[in-house]
Amino acid sequence: MLANAIIQIGLFIALVTAISVPLGHYMARVFANEKTFLDPLLKPVERLIYRLGGVHPENEQTWVEYAVAMLLFSAAGMLLLYGLERLQGWLPLNPQALGAVAPDLAFNTAASFTTNTNWQAYGGESTMSYLTQMAGLAFHNFVSAAAGIAIAIAMIRGFVRRNAKTIGNFWFDLTRATLWILLPICVVMALALVWQGVPDNFAPYVRAKTIEGAVQTIAEGPVASQEIIKELGTNGGGFFNANSAHPYENPTPLTNLIEMLAIFAIGAGLTHTFGKMVGDPRQGWALYGVMTILFLMGVAVCTWSEQRGNPMLARAGANEVASAMQSGGNMEGKEVRFGIVDSALFATVTTDTSCGAVNSMHDSYTPLGGLIPLLNMQIGEIIFGGVGSGLYGMLVMAVLAVFIAGLMVGRTPEYLGKKIEGREMKLAMLFILIFPLVILIPASLAVVLPAGLAGISNPGPHGFSQILYAYTSASANNGSAFAGLNANTPFYNVTLALVMLCGRFLMKIPALALAGSLAAKKSVPESAGTFPTNGAIFVILLIGVILIVAALTFFPADALGPIVEQLAMRHGHLY
Amino acid sequence: MRIWAAVRMTIVLTVLTGIVYPLAIAAAARALFPWQAEGSLVTSGGTVVGSALIGQNFSAPRYFRGRPSAAGNNGYDAANSGGSNLGPTNKSLLTAVAARVHEVRESNPGTTTVPVDLVTASGSGLDPEISLAAADLQIPRVAKARGLDEDTVRKLVRANTERRFLGLFGEPGVNVLMLNLALDRLRPGDRPAGS
Repeated sequence: MLANAIIQIGLFIALVTAISVPLGHYMARVFANEKTFLDPLLKPVERLIYRLGGVHPENEQTWVEYAVAMLLFSAAGMLLLYGLERLQGWLPLNPQALGAVAPDLAFNTAASFTTNTNWQAYGGESTMSYLTQMAGLAFHNFVSAAAGIAIAIAMIRGFVRRNAKTIGNFWFDLTRATLWILLPICVVMALALVWQGVPDNFAPYVRAKTIEGAVQTIAEGPVASQEIIKELGTNGGGFFNANSAHPYENPTPLTNLIEMLAIFAIGAGLTHTFGKMVGDPRQGWALYGVMTILFLMGVAVCTWSEQRGNPMLARAGANEVASAMQSGGNMEGKEVRFGIVDSALFATVTTDTSCGAVNSMHDSYTPLGGLIPLLNMQIGEIIFGGVGSGLYGMLVMAVLAVFIAGLMVGRTPEYLGKKIEGREMKLAMLFILIFPLVILIPASLAVVLPAGLAGISNPGPHGFSQILYAYTSASANNGSAFAGLNANTPFYNVTLALVMLCGRFLMKIPALALAGSLAAKKSVPESAGTFPTNGAIFVILLIGVILIVAALTFFPADALGPIVEQLAMRHGHLY
Repeated sequence: MRIWAAVRMTIVLTVLTGIVYPLAIAAAARALFPWQAEGSLVTSGGTVVGSALIGQNFSAPRYFRGRPSAAGNNGYDAANSGGSNLGPTNKSLLTAVAARVHEVRESNPGTTTVPVDLVTASGSGLDPEISLAAADLQIPRVAKARGLDEDTVRKLVRANTERRFLGLFGEPGVNVLMLNLALDRLRPGDRPAGS
């Protein structure tokens, strides 16, 4: 069992590395507008998009102009999705005749998909028409991911450019991320998923007469096309309520592997894009190393805790011991084809990034096993991270790390030849502080207001964990849940939607401002006193800073939820 | 001016990624993998009896049973997927699992240990599979109810077992619906194919 776990996880990270290096270099070419093998096919489409959209990709933008374009585009998409949800009853591709989505739920879902969160307070197959799923939700899966990549690229340009007023053009970055990166991978991998059994059709739900004579209604739909972008864009919104645990979304161990690789691919690749663009691949490898180490720490604890199982199940008479005949462990909320290792691995991968797709129900994890997804989000989803948001989040932490190193040696800190001064530190701290503020304040309101407490489905400390997880997931734009929480109420729909919008846009703006501020600086030559940011010491320092910031911020809250519940479970206490 | 560009880009990219892309994938899926694209539906005597990927309820002793399901009110509702979402220290979880363990022991006399997957709800509520241990435990009951010898049933179980991908990824499992269909196709005195 242990050997299989080590081999699977080891092979997985080896595959991520093998994919991310060429993908990262390819992405650097795409955003530098260099030649790629897809140009003959995509250049005409690109020109058509600019013409129909009426935008001028050659016009360089300041960080303010870039941010305004991004915000207006997001607002237009959010309104479109809200409209589609409210009007789906009158629109085509709705064989189940699903009616209009309620206003609070439609607002929540529009905010959720616009912000790349994909928090779902609804069951897909019972709520959304095929048209809403594809034109509303899948569209956002593409463009929210593309916008994330765009901002990461803009931030890298901030480090690379000298004495510059501009950081690129949002429409150029958005269009190229969509056309050159997301779409080609999706076309190929969607068909691979269909081959493995993921359906893709527009048929009404099938009425099967089961062999014991009952009727089983089986939901269908254009699943495969939406499934792959859900992972590749680290969106995470399931076509079905059960998300990637559903056998139609994730039928085999191979689809599970493809989906996990898709979740990590772009986030991992962007570290190498970064290394290439700043002209020192080792700078990218240093960030990649930090991410890999943090990933391995998380997956080890989560797998161990889930395989160790829940002593309550053993007390009830279930055999949780792993053998050649069964995976054993805590199988509540998990699928047989994934067992413990592939479930815990998926849970770690999906929360290291801002994906939030799930192939097992995190609410039923052991407390320690469920703490890992929570902690991954609280760290800020910078372990490979959301596409784009992971890299710019990690770069903010790197700025903080060099600042702390600078304090220790008494020198003005530098990163990649740029002096880190007061303005940069203020913006970095704004980025770091907004995140816990929009988690902890609403979560503490929810635990004192009756409307918040009404959503809890599991008594005891686990109920608090459900609320904490929800606001963490919303602020981090993850979208996974302790899904027993009854969140489809006006209170949760509205508060979580606001948290998602703050978690996305209030953090993107300081990130872009930081990019603009860095681009305007001149470059200082490296000297004997420069702290090298491409070696092992920096990797260790950065890991330390990340863990200390997260622990200082969230330990008190986590202690009241998962940590106390773990102690209770080991002592046989039930609620 | 800026707003107008944002609206136009939204419409253009919606058409491309929200309409053209999914329609193209659906068409290609239908052409290349028609059975999978339609949902891997299984027919028997001309009627659809289910999907090879979706579990369903079985209660008769002559059929292998799948895992407990939290999908819909009666379980295995394939238009309402989901898990129980019971937390690890929730009393209801312990009560439910203890009752299922009792039921498994009652209906399968001679059971020594009860595999955890047979008494816990899956994440989707539609898990098509059970572990090898959970299948083995039910062989005597099914064989007895059908008047078959246990070896015949065991061979069918093995024939409907999905292995790990490349011997490494995922976990082996037995597809309950496909196994039960194979049992129904077996006429008295028949040997399973390949034996």
